[in-house]
Amino acid sequence: MARLTIAEALRQAIREEMKRDESVYCIGEDIGIPGGWGGAFTVTLGLEKEFPDRIINTPISEAGFFGVALGSSLVGLRPIVDVQYGDFLFCAMDQIANQIAKLRYMSGGKIKTPIVIRAPVGVTGRGAQHSQMMEPFFQCLPGIKIVCPATAYDAKGLLKSAVRNENPVMIFEHKLLYGAKGARSEPGSIDASSEIPDEEYLIPIGKGTVRRQGTDITIVATLLMMHRACEAAEIVEKEGISVEVIDPRSLVPFDWEIVKQSIAKTGRLIIVEESPRRGGIGAEIAATVAEEMLDFLVAPVKRIAAPDTPAPFSPVMEKFYVPDTVRIVQAIKEMMSISS
Amino acid sequence: MKCGYSKEQLLEFYRKMVLIREFEERVKFLFLEGIMPGTIHQYQGEEACAVGVCSALQRGDIITSTHRPHGHCIAMGMDIKSMMAELFGKQTGCCKGKGGSMHMGDIEKGVVPAIAIVGGGIPVATGIAFGFKMKKQPRVAVCFMGDGATNEGTFHESLNMASIWNLPVVYAVENNFYGASTHVSLVMKVEKISERACAYKIPGITVDGNDVIKVYETACEAVERARKGEGPTLIELLTYRITGHSRRDPALYQPPEEKKKALENEPIKKFSEFLISMDITQEELEKIRETVKEEIEDAVKYAMNSPDPLPQDTLNDLFV
Repeated sequence: MARLTIAEALRQAIREEMKRDESVYCIGEDIGIPGGWGGAFTVTLGLEKEFPDRIINTPISEAGFFGVALGSSLVGLRPIVDVQYGDFLFCAMDQIANQIAKLRYMSGGKIKTPIVIRAPVGVTGRGAQHSQMMEPFFQCLPGIKIVCPATAYDAKGLLKSAVRNENPVMIFEHKLLYGAKGARSEPGSIDASSEIPDEEYLIPIGKGTVRRQGTDITIVATLLMMHRACEAAEIVEKEGISVEVIDPRSLVPFDWEIVKQSIAKTGRLIIVEESPRRGGIGAEIAATVAEEMLDFLVAPVKRIAAPDTPAPFSPVMEKFYVPDTVRIVQAIKEMMSISS
Repeated sequence: MKCGYSKEQLLEFYRKMVLIREFEERVKFLFLEGIMPGTIHQYQGEEACAVGVCSALQRGDIITSTHRPHGHCIAMGMDIKSMMAELFGKQTGCCKGKGGSMHMGDIEKGVVPAIAIVGGGIPVATGIAFGFKMKKQPRVAVCFMGDGATNEGTFHESLNMASIWNLPVVYAVENNFYGASTHVSLVMKVEKISERACAYKIPGITVDGNDVIKVYETACEAVERARKGEGPTLIELLTYRITGHSRRDPALYQPPEEKKKALENEPIKKFSEFLISMDITQEELEKIRETVKEEIEDAVKYAMNSPDPLPQDTLNDLFV
């Protein structure tokens, strides 16, 4: 048992998977340059020493190396593709959306494309082009699974499952949760470290978890917002409001069962997300709940999200942009006051 | 024979080119009749490119193709029954009706489902070659693309990576002088697309893409280089599309003079003349064409009599 940060847990997962299966390799920009950072947030730091031929540093050519990953998966390799910031996924969008997501389907199921795509997300003092939450862009894309680990324990177990999955899997990692150290440490980080068991474990893709039991309100949130929701739950508990926090951990496939069970108990649902409200994760969850669980609800579903603008730079505006604990507490109280 | 090739080999080149031509002509007819669904991009006039390049490959080598894939598929030895069935969207199609004309392929025959986004297949072929190299397998990837694709960013990103990593890949550019309706001279200043190779310090060669023997020999050399671990090659194949870009395109942007010249220089006519000069008879060639036509009729019957997929088959084959 050792306490690891998300960055360390991901590194351990990659190391274990590369040791277990020599067809696993990492590809991306700056991921294994001696004296460098091990990717933008230290996840692959030092792995090039252990696996000199399987940590592949690329040119700044996102469309190119995403395609390389895909091509290599067709001939038996299992790439873990690293992109420095989630925002750069757009540079590779044809390869991701038209090729990686569709090639198996187009072939009539005759080929498989086991690819893991790792991408940091989170609004963190970098302005509009290094901050976006990318999940909403991909949740509507059939053919790719999506996971969002909020703790080191989940990060390790989900990444290992992703590597062993025969399908493309995207793993979104939050910059404020990595626990990256040294020159790549992140101001405003929160502790998402976990005790990691010595023995191997996997976390199944598509299974959520109840982070906090409660009976009055269900909050669904991933990544940083899951932690904020737990903070808010703790605050309102003192006022006698019992909040259940669900971390779906995977967005595709989505664990509807765990959400439904919770709503059946609480009758109230808040979804918190860091991305803009329009067409977001919350919209998808709210729509499905409205279709299938309206009878259980005693109050309208509430979405707490970023506004429909790009992420601003100024710390003052950024604070306004990202949903925080105060907003979540407020929403909880409002919901209780109109429906109890 | 005096040209250094066996009669058998020459006639196999001829048979494959004619098979592509007759297949495409039959498909065009079926399509214009309204019997065949979808859209089509046809390969008439470019047969020597596919046949010359693919004949240089061995079992285990892999190609990527484009929105105009029928010729590449046939040249790689795909079963034309399953191709025809795919064009009809049938369950027996090579992609079970999920691909259609633009995504035709059969990985068993070394054909990745065709990638119909211009330039989209270039990184993929590069990655296949990367995989071969990583696994230390003496296999080669070939990436077919048109002239237009060489203006895509992926072309430059891929050639650069193939160059720095010395990958076993051959980039075969079929320059038919038009990207849809736009003439190549309007969209690039280089006179030869092969000149672009020098930016990545890899060999770039331009050859007559309507001369199947020249294409074959050039491809053999590039494939051998790749297999020996000496890296990628860019081959520009000068050819001409003697049909429209797609569907019912009458190709009015192709000047009549140019078209006329192209028809005189089309690869099958050209190769027939060569074969006759090698003392192969017109009758022998006719016989091949007749056999090919019968084969195609069988394929059409097979396709039309094949069952449709079930509507709910839509939901299968997304994930493993």
